[in-house]
Amino acid sequence: MILFVLRRIWAMVWTLAVVSVLVFVIVNLPPGDFLSNQIAQLRASGEAASVARAEFLMREFALDRPMWQQYLIWVGLWPGPGGFSGLLQGDLGWSFELNRPVSAVVGEALWLTVALNLFTVLFVYAVALPLGAIAAVRANTWIDYLATFVGYIGLATPNFLLALILYHYGAHWFGLPVGGLMSNAYLDQPMSIAKLGDILGHLIVPVIVIGTAGMAGMVRRLRANLLDELGKPYVTTALAKGVPPARAVLRYPLRMALNPFVADIGNLLPGLVSGSVLVSLVMGLQTIGPILLSALRSQDYFLSGFILMFVCFLTLVGMLVSDLLLAWLDPRIRYAGRDR
Amino acid sequence: MTAAPDPRDRDGHYISPEGYDAAEALQELDRRDLDAPTRRLVWRRFRRNRLALASGALLAFLYLALPFAGFFAPYDPAQRNADAIFKPPQAIHFLTAGRFAVTYPMVSELDLETFTPRFAADTGDPRPVRFVARCGPDWTAAFVVRTNLRLICPPEGADLNLLGTDRLGRDVLSRLVIGAQLSLTVGLIGVAISFAIGMVLGGLAGYFGGLADAAVSRAIEIVRSLPELPIWLALSAAIPPAWGPVSVFLMISVILGLLDWPGLARAVRSKFLALREEEYVRAAELMGASTGRIIGRHMMPNFTSHLVASATLSIPSMILGETALSLLGLGLRPPAVSWGLMLNDALDLTAVEIYPWLLAPMLPVFVVVLAFSFLGDGLRDALDPYS
Repeated sequence: MILFVLRRIWAMVWTLAVVSVLVFVIVNLPPGDFLSNQIAQLRASGEAASVARAEFLMREFALDRPMWQQYLIWVGLWPGPGGFSGLLQGDLGWSFELNRPVSAVVGEALWLTVALNLFTVLFVYAVALPLGAIAAVRANTWIDYLATFVGYIGLATPNFLLALILYHYGAHWFGLPVGGLMSNAYLDQPMSIAKLGDILGHLIVPVIVIGTAGMAGMVRRLRANLLDELGKPYVTTALAKGVPPARAVLRYPLRMALNPFVADIGNLLPGLVSGSVLVSLVMGLQTIGPILLSALRSQDYFLSGFILMFVCFLTLVGMLVSDLLLAWLDPRIRYAGRDR
Repeated sequence: MTAAPDPRDRDGHYISPEGYDAAEALQELDRRDLDAPTRRLVWRRFRRNRLALASGALLAFLYLALPFAGFFAPYDPAQRNADAIFKPPQAIHFLTAGRFAVTYPMVSELDLETFTPRFAADTGDPRPVRFVARCGPDWTAAFVVRTNLRLICPPEGADLNLLGTDRLGRDVLSRLVIGAQLSLTVGLIGVAISFAIGMVLGGLAGYFGGLADAAVSRAIEIVRSLPELPIWLALSAAIPPAWGPVSVFLMISVILGLLDWPGLARAVRSKFLALREEEYVRAAELMGASTGRIIGRHMMPNFTSHLVASATLSIPSMILGETALSLLGLGLRPPAVSWGLMLNDALDLTAVEIYPWLLAPMLPVFVVVLAFSFLGDGLRDALDPYS
């Protein structure tokens, strides 16, 4: 098991390295970024002080070095102007647009992003498990059709439309808060019980909105898997010898059908994270979504690069957790990994 | 002793008195047409799925109508009307006022409390609406013919905005119809690109195995684990602002296709791995067929249909992707018209509350995405005719 965990973590580190190269290339794709525009402006002014400042900026952010060195400096594997100082050392870089360190800009948003995604995953599981199981046991009844219908709605409705509708009716009928992740009174306040409760209240609608599409797929797959299991002779045997129906379903068939269910998080998570970024943008949640959009617009590449890295990291960690969970659930997977 | 001759019996053959039930014959286990060509079996199975059939017909109609979208739009999509800003939807009344179809012009009046114009139908002034008539500026049909023939023509001297107008007084229905051109093709181009990448990489991995397989499998895993939207956003932010609408459109399709290929590549790879072991492939190899011929002639026909089904299922995510990108202002750029761009105006919660018709583009997005899902599901089920 330990070997499996180590191997799995090693694979993640490796993937993360490739992803960091990709992200660095992507954020450096646009021909002019915020910093070079600034430098060009300083140069064009022609004043000695400005030119000197431009030179300083060039050196400070290693723009005078080749691309691969810039990348390694960003990651923290190459000595930059200030020694080794990159992502690996916890230095996230500098936001040129806001003139603050990236870590100060993202700050709280990181935790809110993690919380939002975590709650969404929990919501998806908490709803999909009973719904999928019931849909399979009561196949081709109204509850099955209802689950299928909700599934298709979730599949085809763009996230933000669902968000608008839920906000509208949530506010009208249940007095749910509209927009944002906390009341204005709690902005920039230290964390407290009251603030936590407030954030949880604000999380309800976004979590439903982001989770619905993934939940729909989950329900359909769990239903299909469980239906396959329920058709097997051992279930008939169990029922025939008088095992109560609920027990006959829960004891073995559900456990068998659960494996793909856990493995599914790998397919689910990228979509959830994407969805959380989109929904945050539309509903003005204080996660990293809006920060990412504005950073991309102004080509503030340290900021956007770090956020992209973080989002990918979040996905990969989630997948790692699901893999470990799966290996713990099903020993066959631990052993199968050995001869790969 | 023989029975009386059957009137149908012209050739003297025996005719069963029990008759023939086509539906029952279809259930028979080893019926003769089991060796019918696969496409016929597939079609027969597909036809039984009414939902998929209807979805397919709807999509075929939509795509065939795209080159003639101007015909269905009462106005030019860019035409502004300063007198009709945020005008609510207007109705056509059939068989009223002694005419086949009339509409009542909307009269605006400034609400002195909110300082917004309030629109009301002037029922004392019915205006005849013309159908399939010439009006408005010319539009280009199928890139060639210029005409101003339209399905619905607004009455003389009055407006007809069936789905209301937006913040610049442009007709929402016309923009919806014209916007379909970009919104629907973006998915096709994107899928074509993802198809090409997926085929090539998956084929390389599956056919040659070894190092190529390891490399491609890794790439698949990595790309699959990336959250799509942020990467799409980053890539489309990299499109130079000076580019024209057409190049931006093509670029967006490419970007949408760039992240979608892993699913297809994986399917192709596993198919290749399975088919490579088949006897007929071995036979072709022994007879000295070239790699290209083996792949193109012997292996491809076995799985292209599956790929088409899975490609159909991945078009919706691209349509939604374009909508999301344009909605956030990083996708297509005005003056292009697409559903996502139209929804950009609807981002504001208050705007939606007061002008709900701005959400109209949601409906086609919803319908098209569902139709593609049903069609894809139907195709996938039908492609296994022996199960």
